[in-house]
Amino acid sequence: MPAYAARRLLSAIPTLFAIVTLAFFMMRIAPGGPFDTQRRLPAEIEHNLQAAYDLDKPVYVQYFHYVERLCHFDFGPSFRTKDFTVSQLIASGLPVSLRLGLAALIISIVFGISLGIVAALRQNRPADYGVMSLAMIGITLPTFVTAPILTLIFGIYGIRLFGVDLTLPVGGWHDGALANMILPVTVLALPQIGIIARLVRGSMIEVLRSNFVRTARAKGLPGRLVIFRHALRAALLPLVSYLGPAVAGLLTGSLIVERIFGIPGIGRYFVEGAINRDYTLVLGVVICYAALIILLNLLADLLYALLDPRVSYAR
Amino acid sequence: MTIAAFDQTHEVRGRSLWVDARSRLLKNKAAIVGTAVLALIAAAAAMAPLLSIYGYSDVDYGNVSCAPDWWPDAGAVCRAGGTHWFGTDSLGRDLFVRVLFGARVSLAVGLVATLVSLLIGVAYGTIAGFAGGRLDGLMMRFVDLLYSLPYIFLVIILMVIFDRNFFLMFAAIGAVEWLTMARIVRGQTLSVKEKEFIEAARAAGVSGAGIMHRHIVPNVIGPVVVYITLTIPNVILAESFLSFLGLGIQEPLTSWGVLIAEGAGQMDSAPWALFFPSFVMGVTLFCFNFIGDGLRDALDPKDR
Repeated sequence: MPAYAARRLLSAIPTLFAIVTLAFFMMRIAPGGPFDTQRRLPAEIEHNLQAAYDLDKPVYVQYFHYVERLCHFDFGPSFRTKDFTVSQLIASGLPVSLRLGLAALIISIVFGISLGIVAALRQNRPADYGVMSLAMIGITLPTFVTAPILTLIFGIYGIRLFGVDLTLPVGGWHDGALANMILPVTVLALPQIGIIARLVRGSMIEVLRSNFVRTARAKGLPGRLVIFRHALRAALLPLVSYLGPAVAGLLTGSLIVERIFGIPGIGRYFVEGAINRDYTLVLGVVICYAALIILLNLLADLLYALLDPRVSYAR
Repeated sequence: MTIAAFDQTHEVRGRSLWVDARSRLLKNKAAIVGTAVLALIAAAAAMAPLLSIYGYSDVDYGNVSCAPDWWPDAGAVCRAGGTHWFGTDSLGRDLFVRVLFGARVSLAVGLVATLVSLLIGVAYGTIAGFAGGRLDGLMMRFVDLLYSLPYIFLVIILMVIFDRNFFLMFAAIGAVEWLTMARIVRGQTLSVKEKEFIEAARAAGVSGAGIMHRHIVPNVIGPVVVYITLTIPNVILAESFLSFLGLGIQEPLTSWGVLIAEGAGQMDSAPWALFFPSFVMGVTLFCFNFIGDGLRDALDPKDR
């Protein structure tokens, strides 16, 4: 297994490299540069600016410079946020985004699995239909609809229970205070909860019909043990391979959520960077995201091998 | 009665996959209702200029950010009067008309971009699956590579390149939505091309291109149709997502994403500006999902 992991990690390098190349040249095809302003700068200043940021050289030379610096984990200076390097910006935003994303991932896995099991055990009964309708709503409504509507209900109109004011803050981060996390995490997790619940329900129904579950029941194991010790383990396998796409979905959602709730994560940097032509910042964030997704896919594959004795990567 | 006469009186009609699928689809209430509602929205969008006395960019200076007459919140600052059915936005434009014009944009993007993704995906998948071997490996490796980028990032970069051009946005979204289509088609092609009738065609001397478009494409079309109905809502979402971020449709033209973004900006004072576009968009997405699920059950009946 370690050999397999090492091989996968090595094969991630050309993938990342190709992504860097693709994103780099796509950004450069875009018309307009980072220093375009309403008023034309004096030629001298413009020239100095270009030289300072390496922009006066041919694109392929810039590319090689960039890749060389990347090999030292140097993402270069941000073009638009003065006096900050991209690494600094990412270092300030990444923990915030990770905390948000991780919380949403855990919530969606816990709720998704529980709802999926409930639906599978009550197949074609009201509980099943209820869960599946909720899942459909979660999957269908995009984050940019659920975010403002939930904010309106819980943040602006507010909820009072037994005289306690449960109105949630509508934005801001405050170093990840619980109250500030609830709305963004919920919005981010909703679609994933729906997808995971569907996934778990489907595989659980299939597993519950299988022979080893019937055997476990036949030898007199109590129902709870059959479900949690035998059926669940097999039913969760498809979920493991969904981890990668789930993270991609969370990252995409975080672009919107960070913007709506004013959270200082890297999703915001990406959108602002793309609009402002901040080449290095956009590239840095894209590399970050791609590395995260590749890593998570690798983890998912390894986890799969751990959980499913039929899979073997030893060769 | 001779056998020939029997044959004539009781002609047995063969039931193709499509006839079967249609009868199954007609029994699916959710899919039927979804189709009807969707048709209604599409018709209203197509006839939008005829349905209201306001144009999509007409400003009604007397009614800025006004609630519709029937809005339940008694605290609304002003009432828009009988002809603004969905109220007005912060510039005094009629929301009913703007939601319908948003529907035009969203549905048009949905159809055109899906068509683009369909063409690229089917061509790419068929060629990869049919060629097999090293070319297949290479082509699919490229798809895997694009998969490891969240597609929305590609679209955002493409939108920056194309400078928010309305028509190129169709192409940009379609150009990244084809990946799954290509995978599905390739998988189907791989399984179909080993069947005997392909071998027969080859033995009869049909060329590679001929086999591809006469024998393989028609046989992979079932899953593709299902996936199309699931791609359309995805594309609509992608467009609204971009417009919400301010990278899509530009004023005074509008789309659901723009309207929802505007509504979200003033939701504490004018919640109807958030509610109506969200509601119509949500209903449309539900319809597409119901139709897609219905089609899948109809074309792939193994779950019954």
